[in-house]
Amino acid sequence: MNVPEGLFYTKEHEWVKIDGNLAKIGISDHAQHELGDITFVELPALHAPCEQFKQIATIESVKAASDVYAPLSGKISAVNNEVVANPELVNQSPYEQGWLLVIEITEESQLANLMDAEAYKNYLKENM
Amino acid sequence: MPIQYEGIINEHQWTRNNCSVFDICHMGEFMIQADALLSNLDKVLTQNLVNMPLKTCKYGFMLNDNAGIIDDVIIYRIEQDKWMLVVNAATAPADFEHIKKHLAKDNVKIDNVSNSLAKLDLQGPLSREVLVEIAGEGILNLDYYGFDYFSVLGENIIISRTGYTGEMGFELYINNDKVIDLWNLLLENKNVKPAGLGARDTLRLEVCYPLYGQDISLKTSPLEAGLASFMDMKKDFMGKAAIEKKQQQGLGKKLCCFQTESRRAPRHDYEILVNNQKAGIVTSGSYSPSLGCGIGMGYIAEQYSDIGTEISLEHENIKINAQVVKRPFYKKGSLRG
Repeated sequence: MNVPEGLFYTKEHEWVKIDGNLAKIGISDHAQHELGDITFVELPALHAPCEQFKQIATIESVKAASDVYAPLSGKISAVNNEVVANPELVNQSPYEQGWLLVIEITEESQLANLMDAEAYKNYLKENM
Repeated sequence: MPIQYEGIINEHQWTRNNCSVFDICHMGEFMIQADALLSNLDKVLTQNLVNMPLKTCKYGFMLNDNAGIIDDVIIYRIEQDKWMLVVNAATAPADFEHIKKHLAKDNVKIDNVSNSLAKLDLQGPLSREVLVEIAGEGILNLDYYGFDYFSVLGENIIISRTGYTGEMGFELYINNDKVIDLWNLLLENKNVKPAGLGARDTLRLEVCYPLYGQDISLKTSPLEAGLASFMDMKKDFMGKAAIEKKQQQGLGKKLCCFQTESRRAPRHDYEILVNNQKAGIVTSGSYSPSLGCGIGMGYIAEQYSDIGTEISLEHENIKINAQVVKRPFYKKGSLRG
């Protein structure tokens, strides 16, 4: 499974790319692989508030519906409408074109609750 | 059998356009030597066995006295008094006990061969030509729901023109020790790819075939499931009195098909609401690769079951708009060639 360096990860298999006070969010390669063919993505409204580890979006595959959780608190500053129109982008390019949304973060200290690439790799090894 | 090999949607499309092989070894098979009437076998099943031509199959039910469905089965008439019943895996042990209990003891032989007989399904518009290469031109003589013995890999195996996808297709029954060879032989043809349980489910749902344990069960009868045509009401069978009673009293609910307005899929156990009133429950649901939207089946109170009724499918914070539609969802299948 592809686990790029430089990103943060959650136990629920979201990834986070930090750029100043903006956090771009998606699901990991492992997550897209486990879900299988993704058929539907529901994203939150722009400017909606979000809270760390609370549900923020929904992804459905042929197999099942799954929740996506906010890795960090803040408010939604961008959503990727491309994945709403073409949900298969999440399978094809989970870290690039398949990004889901951007959060303007309010509590940088919450990053301590996330894993770096190495920790996430170990987490996958231990839990799979 | 795995859920998927290269992905449910690819496997689904490959089956609709080419040919897939499914490992269905988990299904149960019983071999029965019995006169249909004298043994009571005809009474255990809702279909008329007496008028079945040799080398044909019928889809039917075993019901309990309340007309609850013990299982849905395919009956094969091998000889005048020789039958094969193909049953669901989870229900096979209980089915076997039920049949044994109700069959006469004399001149009857029943064997549960589920553990020694394997089953592969070959499904898709190209399946007939693929199989001709392996089993010979005799395959071309099989009508829909017909079967025969064919020489394959040095064995005499049953091949029936049946399936669970809505496409031209066949089910192959072979001894366990040869099934891997057969699997590999089928996959030597470049038009054939393996497909898993996930695609099997989306394929059957698109053509509205019921799945036992979800769409039909001990709590439902063939009437509310819309499957009355698989019961012969001119003969006697277990559960018939309860069916007649239900016919007089009305059903209360009906198994309906519905299509969503988006790509979002209904799922098993989502609630069905009409005008914010609880009207039923989803029994099967998925994204439909052929239609590009969500599809499902579920039981809806009869007054809300008309084609065109706007319904809402709800679960926790999920709310999906849908419409009751005619079955099947997918109408272009190659089933009848």
